[in-house]
Amino acid sequence: MPSIQNRQFLEFEKPIKDLYEQIDQLQQTAEKNKIDLSNSIKELEERVIEKRREITTHLTSWQKVQLSRHPDRPYTLKYIQKMCTDFTELHGDRNVRDDKAMVGGFANLDGQTVMIIGQQKGINTKMRQLRNFGMANPEGYRKALRLMKLAEKFNKPIITLIDTPGAYPGLEAEERGQGEAIARNIYEMMRLKVPVICVIIGEGASGGALGIGVGDKVFMLENTWYTVISPESCSSILWRSWDMKEKAAEELKLTADKMYEFGLVDGIIPEPLGGTHWNYDEAGTLLKQYLLPVLEELKKMDPEERVNKRIEKFCKMGFWDELPE
Amino acid sequence: MAKEEDIEVNLTGEDFPGQQQKTSWFKRMQKGILTKTSEKKETPEGLWTKCPNCKYTCTVSELEEFLYTCPKCNYHHRIGSVDYFEILFDEQQYTELFTNIRSKDFLGFTDLKPYHKRLEEIWKKTDLHDSISVATGQIKGNSIVIACMDFEFIGGSLGSVMGEKIARGIDYAIQHRTAFMIINKSGGARMMESAFSLMQLAKVSGKLSQLTDARLPYISLLTDPTFGGVTASFGMLGDLNIAEPGALIGFAGPRVIKETIKKDLPEGFQRSEFLLEKGFLDFIIDRKEMREKLGVVLNHFKN
Repeated sequence: MPSIQNRQFLEFEKPIKDLYEQIDQLQQTAEKNKIDLSNSIKELEERVIEKRREITTHLTSWQKVQLSRHPDRPYTLKYIQKMCTDFTELHGDRNVRDDKAMVGGFANLDGQTVMIIGQQKGINTKMRQLRNFGMANPEGYRKALRLMKLAEKFNKPIITLIDTPGAYPGLEAEERGQGEAIARNIYEMMRLKVPVICVIIGEGASGGALGIGVGDKVFMLENTWYTVISPESCSSILWRSWDMKEKAAEELKLTADKMYEFGLVDGIIPEPLGGTHWNYDEAGTLLKQYLLPVLEELKKMDPEERVNKRIEKFCKMGFWDELPE
Repeated sequence: MAKEEDIEVNLTGEDFPGQQQKTSWFKRMQKGILTKTSEKKETPEGLWTKCPNCKYTCTVSELEEFLYTCPKCNYHHRIGSVDYFEILFDEQQYTELFTNIRSKDFLGFTDLKPYHKRLEEIWKKTDLHDSISVATGQIKGNSIVIACMDFEFIGGSLGSVMGEKIARGIDYAIQHRTAFMIINKSGGARMMESAFSLMQLAKVSGKLSQLTDARLPYISLLTDPTFGGVTASFGMLGDLNIAEPGALIGFAGPRVIKETIKKDLPEGFQRSEFLLEKGFLDFIIDRKEMREKLGVVLNHFKN
């Protein structure tokens, strides 16, 4: 986790930044004049906590989108590190190359081996480029499928962590069949005989997210979004302008609470006060605590029944009018 | 200016704002085209039409005879579900299924226009129920269920109704032990249905999985244009993926790719021939030979 000095603050997080600056000043004064200001500092620190709570209780859809993209937010590898031991990262799609935007491997989760797969974003400029901003190419999706098939072969449950602004829309991605790669994953995930749990931990943009997002249970972290298009692209297409992203976010109803209300996801996983970027340990623990009982439930089911239920669940999604014939 | 390749813009079917207004001699009294598709078809003999590709001029009836492909350059004009059904089914005999399922503005989605208004307008303008029609009949004596998209209906966009009608079409095929085919023609997901439209990718894939278990063939025919969520799911999942010549097919639209890589795209990029070359199609099929060839293919599956 970045230290207080290196923290980045979003526009609506500014009150917290101000409080931290006050604390910093008090600490300096205390040191310089050798006086005890710990009571005032403690009071301010309590106000930071209070502010974190306050800020996240009244967020607009767009602010939640911003929070999901917070540069200090933990990504897939961080969650794996916090939740698991013995992580063995596996590379490559055995065909083209190793896609750095998609990571995965076996890990030990509370005494059992699971396959964890997810998009990975970079933590600084150089890494962001290396990770292609979490936008996978076809080989990333094919690597993910290879690992899922491996897990199926050895009867290990699969957990996917989703955080992507979309599948990469590049020339080579098209040449190598981005559409086919995602389609294949969706189809094959539907048929996997082992338990599959998917969690949106940041951005859940369209096919790029669904390409590793078909599971017996699909959850969203509190401050994430999941829909068919990013609010920016939606604004540019439907409003013909980039300036309507806030409105687009509102109209798309892309937040975790709405998605749960619509029955499109199976639950909302709590985040630390103010968002996962405030406490990685807690974020990891909250996720792990949520997943373990779900995993136990799923493991009890007969594989065939599990697959049928999975298909049934997705088949119920949609809305339409049925006129009398 | 809106370019021809700008599928998303075409998708919503409105003029691009800021587009230069040319001073014209005639003024449009009412906005939008008010002629219904079914009425439009009865074009009087002797009307002329120009091929957008080679500029060859021929009569509409000649074009019709060539199944809406240019007699000179073989450019495949975009046609609707009714045309495909009439071209493909034996003696033009078929039964349309699930016509009573209609789109609904569940989310109350409003962009420049409320979604429900958009729907009402399009229902008034065309005879279509939604962006997809499902019909059953025979091709060269082989029973088949065909789900065919109409680009005219909000850009052939993939929403809940498309997902549900395809799902029921697959159920029907399984129940009656027939082959299944989708004729794809779509700009991608219907944004006005937000995440519900995304979930249709999973829904249809789940149904196709059941079709696989029933060991029934699924043919995906890709026509101009096929993009986004359709390509990223059932469009690419056929036991056979086939396409009409020259069709634009891809995941991301050409404009988006151009903006991303900041380079011009190579000639023929994302066309059927390109996809065949890259290994994503089984073969390209000319509309005039489609019925014959599908008959042969369906026989292979059966024998």
